[in-house]
Amino acid sequence: MTFELFLQHLANGISLGSLYALIAIGYTMVYGILRLINFAHGDVVMLGAYAAFYGAALFLLPWYIAFPLAIIITAALGVIIERIAYKPLREYPRINLFTAAVAVSFLIENLGIVIFGGRPFAFTRPEFMDVNLSFGKTSIISYTFIIIITAGILFAILLYLVNKTKAGMAMRALSKDIETTGLVGVNTDRIIMFTFALGSALAAAGGILWATKFPQINPLMGVMPGLKAFIAAVLGGIGNIPGAMIGGFLLGISEILIVAFLPSLSGYRDAFAFAILILLLLFRPNGIMGEVQAEKV
Amino acid sequence: MSLLSLKSVIKRFGGLTAVNNFSTDLQPGELCALIGPNGSGKTTIFNLITGIYAPTEGKIFFDDRDISGKKPNEITRAGIARTFQNIRLFKGLNVLENVMVGHHLRLKSDPFSAVFQLPGYMAEDRKMHQEAYELLQAVNLAHLADKEPTALPYGQQRKLEIARALATHPKLLLLDEPAAGMNPQEAEELMEFILHILKNFELTIFLIEHQMRVVMGICPRIIVIDHGEQIAEGVPEIIQNDPRVIEAYLGVTENA
Repeated sequence: MTFELFLQHLANGISLGSLYALIAIGYTMVYGILRLINFAHGDVVMLGAYAAFYGAALFLLPWYIAFPLAIIITAALGVIIERIAYKPLREYPRINLFTAAVAVSFLIENLGIVIFGGRPFAFTRPEFMDVNLSFGKTSIISYTFIIIITAGILFAILLYLVNKTKAGMAMRALSKDIETTGLVGVNTDRIIMFTFALGSALAAAGGILWATKFPQINPLMGVMPGLKAFIAAVLGGIGNIPGAMIGGFLLGISEILIVAFLPSLSGYRDAFAFAILILLLLFRPNGIMGEVQAEKV
Repeated sequence: MSLLSLKSVIKRFGGLTAVNNFSTDLQPGELCALIGPNGSGKTTIFNLITGIYAPTEGKIFFDDRDISGKKPNEITRAGIARTFQNIRLFKGLNVLENVMVGHHLRLKSDPFSAVFQLPGYMAEDRKMHQEAYELLQAVNLAHLADKEPTALPYGQQRKLEIARALATHPKLLLLDEPAAGMNPQEAEELMEFILHILKNFELTIFLIEHQMRVVMGICPRIIVIDHGEQIAEGVPEIIQNDPRVIEAYLGVTENA
């Protein structure tokens, strides 16, 4: 493989990895505060892509209005899902919440087929994302960089929110001990809402960027990215935000590079993700950044 | 006018009656102890006051408002704060941040204004930092502000938990076994500390304690419960000689 080709694959892997990371953060944040694997999260990714698609293609809004609007709408939908499906079950055993999450996932997918139609739509990239950039012998289309840069900016905002703001502090406290957090006066319901809004906003951004990279959308498009992002979150250590980012990049880059170096195995691309997961969990059951649980005596 | 008033409070868990017909009143500025053998329902009473449990029957009034069945954060907002039998600090947040979480309820700006860095948000943020730091100074923990709470010695973790409770600006502070696991010297310091905050923060304190030195040393009034029911109440001298209290703690003496 030439060096130019390698760089091209690497850029591709990083951009795919940043998409996984964007989506993985939502899984990890919700798990961190509620110990819930929100299986509907992948479908929220799909809702984000459709919201952007309808804004741009149906209402003919320019991308700089349609995309942020889609993110806001999807964040609101994420909060509504939490209110309707998860909040009433919070006091019950975790398995109930988990079942509800699976149910919500199927509901969204099938409502999507009814409302949007099962036929895929072509997603049109904004022009500035479709520029062919040449670096010597390497040529990369601009969306690859735009995905990486956008994701980078969103990661920076998120880390700032979580580590430097009061709401972020309450979120971190909540993830350690929800009962005590309520008892020191934090409105835990609001912080949970905020977490869902944040996770869904990032998922929407991930969905829109996903649609610019793979410009075809359908109501089941969120399933695979959702599953991969979940793997990324577990790889990084579920509950840990930087871990989800690292897991996302690790998964995206290795997926692309393995296929690049061993093209004959390209049909097994998805299987690699799961193989990596199994291997890592064998040696580091808590993920890369996960805290090792001290055994209670 | 009493600050806290429990009126015939009953709490049942299935067939078990953990608190049975418990009534009491706390006056503003009072320091009152709640004692009783293990499993007698002391912590359950604290959990009822702070909203972790709702009473099965009966009412709880605070500042003349009915708070029975309200959510914990609403009750904290009304002015009741607490600490826990086994220290429950937030790991992963430093000492200063642990106190700042307690300031959270008095914030006006919402998370979304943080995203856009509105001026009101920034001012509030500075104020919160400063207040939390002053509170740490008041309890002599300011020099440890950026440490992990788990790195602190036990006695200081207790103080930090109390500081976090004070950050909510309570009128009533509930201390659940503050001297648990302390040696006599640490317990002595803790007693002084409790009297210090009682005066300086204009508090009313209700405390559960097993170390009789602490209880008898600083609490003018003691309530004794057993099996969820009040069996005695009064000044330390009376409690120490009450036959029912001795019986609850030491068992029934058989009459030969």
